[in-house]
Amino acid sequence: MLEGLDLDVPRGGFVLVTGPNGSGKTTLLRLCAGLYAPTAGELEVEVERGAIGFLAHEPLVYRELTALENLDLYGRLYRLSERRERAGAMLERFGLWRARNERAGTFSRGMLQRLALCRTFLHDPDLLLLDEPFDGLDAEGAHLLHSELAERASVTALVATHDPEALAARSTARLALA
Amino acid sequence: MSSLSRGLPFAAFALLAGGFALAFYWAPEDADQGFSQKIFYLHVPIALTAYACFGWGAWKALRLLWTGERRYDLESYTAIHMGVIFGLLTLVTGSIWAKISWGEWWTWGERQLVLFLILFLFYSSYFMLRYSTESGPRRERNSAVYALFGVVLIPVSFLAVRIAGTILHPTIFTHEGADLPWQMLVSFLVCLAGMLSLAGTLYRVELTGKRIDASLRELRELLA
Amino acid sequence: MSAYAGDVAALARKDLLLEVRSRDTLPAMLLFVVSALTIFHFALPAGSSERAETGLLWIAIVFTALLGLTRAFAPEREEGVLDGLVLAPCDRSAIWLGKTIGMTAFLVLAEIVALPAFALFFHPLSWELVAAVALADIGIASIGTLLAAIAAASRARELLLPLLFLPLAIPVVIGGVGASIASNPGSFLGFLVLYDGVFAILSWASFEYVVTE
Repeated sequence: MLEGLDLDVPRGGFVLVTGPNGSGKTTLLRLCAGLYAPTAGELEVEVERGAIGFLAHEPLVYRELTALENLDLYGRLYRLSERRERAGAMLERFGLWRARNERAGTFSRGMLQRLALCRTFLHDPDLLLLDEPFDGLDAEGAHLLHSELAERASVTALVATHDPEALAARSTARLALA
Repeated sequence: MSSLSRGLPFAAFALLAGGFALAFYWAPEDADQGFSQKIFYLHVPIALTAYACFGWGAWKALRLLWTGERRYDLESYTAIHMGVIFGLLTLVTGSIWAKISWGEWWTWGERQLVLFLILFLFYSSYFMLRYSTESGPRRERNSAVYALFGVVLIPVSFLAVRIAGTILHPTIFTHEGADLPWQMLVSFLVCLAGMLSLAGTLYRVELTGKRIDASLRELRELLA
Repeated sequence: MSAYAGDVAALARKDLLLEVRSRDTLPAMLLFVVSALTIFHFALPAGSSERAETGLLWIAIVFTALLGLTRAFAPEREEGVLDGLVLAPCDRSAIWLGKTIGMTAFLVLAEIVALPAFALFFHPLSWELVAAVALADIGIASIGTLLAAIAAASRARELLLPLLFLPLAIPVVIGGVGASIASNPGSFLGFLVLYDGVFAILSWASFEYVVTE
């Protein structure tokens, strides 16, 4: 699917990946995350698994667990200290504090996206791999995401997006897939 | 092709022809079973060769998981394919032997036969696994892991069938090689070597064919 | 080491919590096993031996387990959560162990209903049978969890899982039935311990390869 790709992302770089549907944006992100193995060529990611924040199309949360329980589980798996506190803080930052004890299955599309973002940023990753982060977000949600990214200015990021202008100010490079 | 593999078909032919000649003309007839026992020279080498193929397939599977080199997938798959063919032949020859010896096409008391039935079912499922999974690294790894399960299943099933025999289905006949005259042993070993060489030859042929297939497919994709 | 144990505990707890909330799998297993036992009563002609009845119990157990195993990774499939678990820095085998513990718990709970039902419908149980069932549960859950992950990658996962599972379940049935009816159940129980040990270790070690590429 992805062919002839030669990409080098320096630490602190913020790369926007654009392209039409099916051009391989999601595949590229999954390759970098380590979920796919390349069938040809070389891939080197200098960041270990626990320092990667991956946002997929699906929110990657359990519908029958509450927002807090989901983040608590991920906090446990990512070996975070004070994970309850951090989970709570994260939920507040994305405006989900009041819904913290509701099951994720009751969330709207926008809330699920916010919860997924909480999950992505929870462990303060060094490398962000975001697949359409603004999908489903309302104006307030988008604003919260911008603030979050602003606070993590030193992070390295690869962001697949339909709307590069929203993040144009922050980006250091663009990659257009055909 | 190395000189070893070029010589293998000839070795197979020579060993098999020689082995069967020895078995039929030189080795003495079995006191109890008479002439029908001769099928032992066919049935047991085939069975042991099947085990060898499954073991080889599991070894290649282990190498795949260890090193991640994708060529091992084709080698493992081919070896297991060989194993299933020889396994089927084991069941057929065993069934013929059972019919000749005891008048039944199938008997649960014959441990080797029961064991092969279990393995045949298992490795048939292996093929179902391959057919129903999209090709790619996921299928290769899943097949390799299942192949390892298979090779572990062999001794476990052997033990299971053995203890089952004591209570569930009484074993009718054992040929634990009690007093095997040395002529029988030699003939048997020659047949065994021949059968293994045959399996090796078929393995190489099929592997080469599969590799060519894969290369052709890649070429077609590149040109498209 | 304790981090690993903590991961496993968190994952196992998660599975049990999910089941308590969604109540998908366990009620179905309970209903299935009692229905199966009822059908078996009608399938057995009058005057059938106790041994035949015991054999059928084991069939019920294996197929009830299969029903539960088909749902083993269902919660992870729903929202693609498995990717999230695989990406976490914890050992992937912890996912297997947590899931296996959960699955064993489901099997035990199903049998807490099934075994008394069997005793009611057919004949009383021996402690050897109960011990054999407990041992079999561990083996079934171990390989079942791994095979469920293998089948998940295929196009026809509901069809494939039974095919992959049943040949491997044959030794369990041999051990179980043998332990239930033999005069020397010890060797059969010992065999089940061996089966559990060997296949649990193999499943534990190979799970990593089955969920990653």
